[in-house]
Amino acid sequence: MSDYNFAYLDEDTKRMIRRAILKGIAVPGYQVPFASREMPMPYGWGTGGVQVTAATLVPEDVLKVIDQGADDTTNAVSIRKFFQKTAAVAVTERTREATVIQTRHRVPEMPLTQDQILVYQVPIPEPMRFLEPRETETRRIHALADYGLMQVRLYEDIARHGEIATSYAYPVEVAGRYVMDPSPIPKFDNPKLDDCPAIQLFGAGREQRIYALPPFTRVRSLDFDDHPFVASKADHACAICGSTTSYLDEVITDDAGGRMFVCSDTDYCAEMAEGGA
Amino acid sequence: MDMAGASGGGIWGNQEAEARPLLSVRGVEKRYGTRIGCTGVSFDLWPGEVLGIVGESGSGKSTLLGCLSGQLRPDSGQVIFDTRDHGPIDTLSMSEAERRHLGRTDWAFVHQNPRDGLRLGVSAGGNVGERLMANGARHYGNIRATAADWLERVEIDPTRIDDRPRQFSGGMQQRLQIARNLVSGPRLAFMDEPTGGLDVSVQARLLDLLRGLVRDIGLSVVLVTHDLAVVRLLADRLMVMKGGHVIEAGLTDQVLDDPQHAYTQLLVSSVLQV
Repeated sequence: MSDYNFAYLDEDTKRMIRRAILKGIAVPGYQVPFASREMPMPYGWGTGGVQVTAATLVPEDVLKVIDQGADDTTNAVSIRKFFQKTAAVAVTERTREATVIQTRHRVPEMPLTQDQILVYQVPIPEPMRFLEPRETETRRIHALADYGLMQVRLYEDIARHGEIATSYAYPVEVAGRYVMDPSPIPKFDNPKLDDCPAIQLFGAGREQRIYALPPFTRVRSLDFDDHPFVASKADHACAICGSTTSYLDEVITDDAGGRMFVCSDTDYCAEMAEGGA
Repeated sequence: MDMAGASGGGIWGNQEAEARPLLSVRGVEKRYGTRIGCTGVSFDLWPGEVLGIVGESGSGKSTLLGCLSGQLRPDSGQVIFDTRDHGPIDTLSMSEAERRHLGRTDWAFVHQNPRDGLRLGVSAGGNVGERLMANGARHYGNIRATAADWLERVEIDPTRIDDRPRQFSGGMQQRLQIARNLVSGPRLAFMDEPTGGLDVSVQARLLDLLRGLVRDIGLSVVLVTHDLAVVRLLADRLMVMKGGHVIEAGLTDQVLDDPQHAYTQLLVSSVLQV
């Protein structure tokens, strides 16, 4: 190891973040303010998620980091290296082997278990940011559960596009109370949040907010009676593993219109290709 | 009325309910430091009645309206509203959640500038539907049908339901604001200079529309304006304010035709004749 304190942050900071996490778990979906620290990476790269992960890690943990479902993209590789260097924890690319998973924009395809913690990187924690510019007012809306405005956003979608066109960061209602931004995961992943056995933690570094879903929390995607929520994905099978149930990325292969659809979850895809399918 | 054959209690109970003012204001005072915003204001507003409040700029009209509608907190006094479920309640003692609930169901607030009362980034249909959705409507088709119906009632072409208010003229924006407020079937509307900033022909149409709506749905209105022609047309009763005090009150025609207070006489005689 090195001269770093375990997992980079000092113990007082980790205690402060743990308090925010516990409060978030006690009030599911409520955005808890916390004193976000400068991290050795730019805002937008997951400074919130990294701080939450740092505060949750113990030396016995096995860490997995994914970015858009992939383990080998820049963001995922840098954060994984960061914790290897500062916390010397074991790392893995296997979802089932990991105890802490930090993610950007995806929920793993493999069902999570009670022994796991899923940490989301959140750019904008406030689901009403672009509807109501005043933060004082959005806080009041949350406090009074006065969520008509959220529904207006979906109404506008249908009026303009004929259907609810929001395809990521799709707003959810948590435990019948708070409306929450699930971070920019595709709405395909929204049902995975519901009744999930793992603890789900959301960290927004720049915005200095932490919120959480305790295990087995009811998470409902907002919708209309006559325009119900649909967890959509590309209507293809994965070109590598052949899975028809996982979320797909579209990959452009040449400049003549050639393209292929492959699983966005690389670990799941590899496992399926090896013989799971 | 023949009371003899009736079983007394029920009839009397009903009569009492009908004979109750919708809004009772008692001794409302608001100060800004040592300056008086408004003071000693008391009145009763009855169901279906339109009360005009006139006065020059700075006379405390808007402060009073803010106090009544819960946007400002008066320093003293009571604002008692006859709620649907629980009868008369002092709105100042309500929790903010209850006041907001009232604000999106039984109350309406029409701002002078429609930009203050509309969401400019949201389509006309969304603007009208917001109250419905805030009150729990979750059926897109029904919300849209209601919105289209209300656009028609305020004389906006329903084919413009998906246009943004930004693309509307000033008069249309004001009518849209009215539709957005009345869609929940409120019983009390606060209006702050609803015709201010509109040209005279548009004003006339808006007044005509307002008068029709008020009669149709039996709305009670507290109407703040400096335009005496507007109150002459719309208001049943009139209060004249100056320096934060109510200096004269009475039936509209009475006050305008036979003003008693020197200031009211000045106000009435200041109107330009065409």
